[in-house]
Amino acid sequence: MFRKIVISAVSALALTTGAAFAAGGEAETHDVAFSFEGPFGTFDEHQLQRGLQVFTEVCAGCHGLKYVPIRTLADEGGPHLPEDQVRAYAKNFTVIDKETGEEREAIASDHFPANTGAGAPDLSLMAKSRAGFHGPYGTGINQMFRGMGGPEHIVSILTGYTGETKEEAGETFYENHAFPGGWIKMPPPLADDQVTYADGHPATLHHMAEDVSAFLMWAAEPHMMARKQTGFVAVIFLVLLTSLLYLTNKRLWAGVKGKKHA
Amino acid sequence: MAGIPHDHYEPKSGLEKWLHARLPVVSLVYDTLMIPTPKNLNWMWIWGIVLAFCLALQIVTGIVLVMHYTPHVDLAFASVEHIMRDVNGGHMLRYLHANGASLFFFAVYIHIFRGLYYGSYKAPREVTWIVGMLIYLAMMATAFMGYVLPWGQMSFWGATVITGLFGAIPGVGPTIQEWLLGGPAVDNATLNRFFSLHYLLPFVIAALVAVHIWAFHTTGNNNPTGVDVRRGSKEEAAKDTVPFWPYYVIKDLFALGVVLVIFFAVVGFMPNYLGHPDNYTEANALATPAHIVPEWYFLPFYAILRAFTADVWVVQLVNFLSFRIIDAKFFGVLAMFGAIAVMALVPWLDTSSVRSGKYRPKFKGWFWLLVIDFVVLMWVGAMPTDGIYPYISLIAATYWFAYFLVILPLLGVLEKPLPLPATIEEDFKAHYPGAAE
Repeated sequence: MFRKIVISAVSALALTTGAAFAAGGEAETHDVAFSFEGPFGTFDEHQLQRGLQVFTEVCAGCHGLKYVPIRTLADEGGPHLPEDQVRAYAKNFTVIDKETGEEREAIASDHFPANTGAGAPDLSLMAKSRAGFHGPYGTGINQMFRGMGGPEHIVSILTGYTGETKEEAGETFYENHAFPGGWIKMPPPLADDQVTYADGHPATLHHMAEDVSAFLMWAAEPHMMARKQTGFVAVIFLVLLTSLLYLTNKRLWAGVKGKKHA
Repeated sequence: MAGIPHDHYEPKSGLEKWLHARLPVVSLVYDTLMIPTPKNLNWMWIWGIVLAFCLALQIVTGIVLVMHYTPHVDLAFASVEHIMRDVNGGHMLRYLHANGASLFFFAVYIHIFRGLYYGSYKAPREVTWIVGMLIYLAMMATAFMGYVLPWGQMSFWGATVITGLFGAIPGVGPTIQEWLLGGPAVDNATLNRFFSLHYLLPFVIAALVAVHIWAFHTTGNNNPTGVDVRRGSKEEAAKDTVPFWPYYVIKDLFALGVVLVIFFAVVGFMPNYLGHPDNYTEANALATPAHIVPEWYFLPFYAILRAFTADVWVVQLVNFLSFRIIDAKFFGVLAMFGAIAVMALVPWLDTSSVRSGKYRPKFKGWFWLLVIDFVVLMWVGAMPTDGIYPYISLIAATYWFAYFLVILPLLGVLEKPLPLPATIEEDFKAHYPGAAE
């Protein structure tokens, strides 16, 4: 009897946490160990730079990144590119000038352009707007410490194609076990060695998927490292203050409680 | 201030006397801070200070956020991203504000259950309790409207579902709903009025908090024994109490420090854990999310709302008796508001003459079952409405009402309470044998 109660309690817990991610459907998401997970996790700026390269050469063909200012590529805690490289990079894009209304080359202070031509969603917040791996055993404890799992979801999508396709209403769908419903409109975007990394890093499908997911996590949460630092400073100072208050309180009440102050 | 006898402020210098004759503000602060407080309060009495801190935190961060936010359907989502990316410290402000709402509700639920266990709602503190319930209602309205402002998918669809509740009122419902929304659907007019009210209500809450404090400073604090402070003389009262300053100010600040260590860890390391990923997608009236789930602190009452479906016999009976005016949807709305109403009426539903649950052997079991019930409702509120979940919701919702409407009135008659300590001093000395006279 007791065993049964425990089992149902555990499965109930598993279901609870499962519900929060039900928005993702029955999709399969696999855990990926990213450098930026957990309170001590940091972005690897080389990985972000490689991810930027994948984004620029592949994703940007169809997807926009409209909330991200190009200048932030130079930020610390991000890809941290030198200023001159950022200025040169901006020239990859054309934007509509707000004042003249004419098309011109982008400059660093512009945002990445929105790109809705192919009906592809904007990627600025993709890494935060999807929940991913919620293990172990569906408990979601993973998400407490390692983040909601958006980047894992993106990796799973990029590597989740089975190769099957189907035609429906004149459109081609690709089977992908990581996508809710199992069929996605996006053709498989990455294949081994599709980009040639400037730093000579191997460009396998999995590497590229992880790199671009890390880049998109930065794009969604550019101040993550500053935030964690603030968290540490706040926690350390509060622990100090609280310890002092504890001693003050003990001393103060000692008279009332009639105990000798230790 | 009436109540427990204690020393009052006496202006001494010429300047103090001059001011005191014109505006006795120093006296007000002195009497508020030096109020005699039962010396046996336990750690469950610290949540008031946490709540006061939350209100201040939300108002301060909120005022700064407003400086950078744009309440317009085309710009709201982008302005929140502007806060997250471009405003100095903006990401921290927003995460503090969003998670601050969670801390606010976490603290208020413990505060409410503290009151329910120790009978803090009983005479003469009914007004304190009622004002507290009004604060809680205003908090829910504020949190709900605040969640709409980022204009994400869950903002939009949450607003659609919740304002739809008013549409369920027979006859006038759709008119009321349209009046609330400022149009036929959630749109720019809705966003603007929610923004306006989201800014207004916290100040209403602040005023209600002042009344809440005024009320319990008039009656004096309850305490874990529920036994009144002796009021025969100043000396007698002093044996049962300590002045709020410095004893409880320091104790409360220490407790607040512990709570804030956890709070800042959440904000720094897992700020999105309590949110919903869908709200990072801009609102889209054409794409309904697969599951519309309210924030965690609304889930218990959301579960009660959904518990009473058309196949429940009570619903069918009420439907029949009301000549089909009260359908399942409206019944659910009535149940949800009723769940809060019965809690607000608890001072008159609890018939026991003993305040504190500590001395009520049967009450304890039912009380802890209510706590479990609340957690179950919170869990089931996030579940889909098929399989076994509707039954769990229904049982849990029924217990909520049974506790207030049946169990509490009967227990007062059926239960034999344990002997109470004669005085607070006696209780205190039982814990601290070495306590000074």
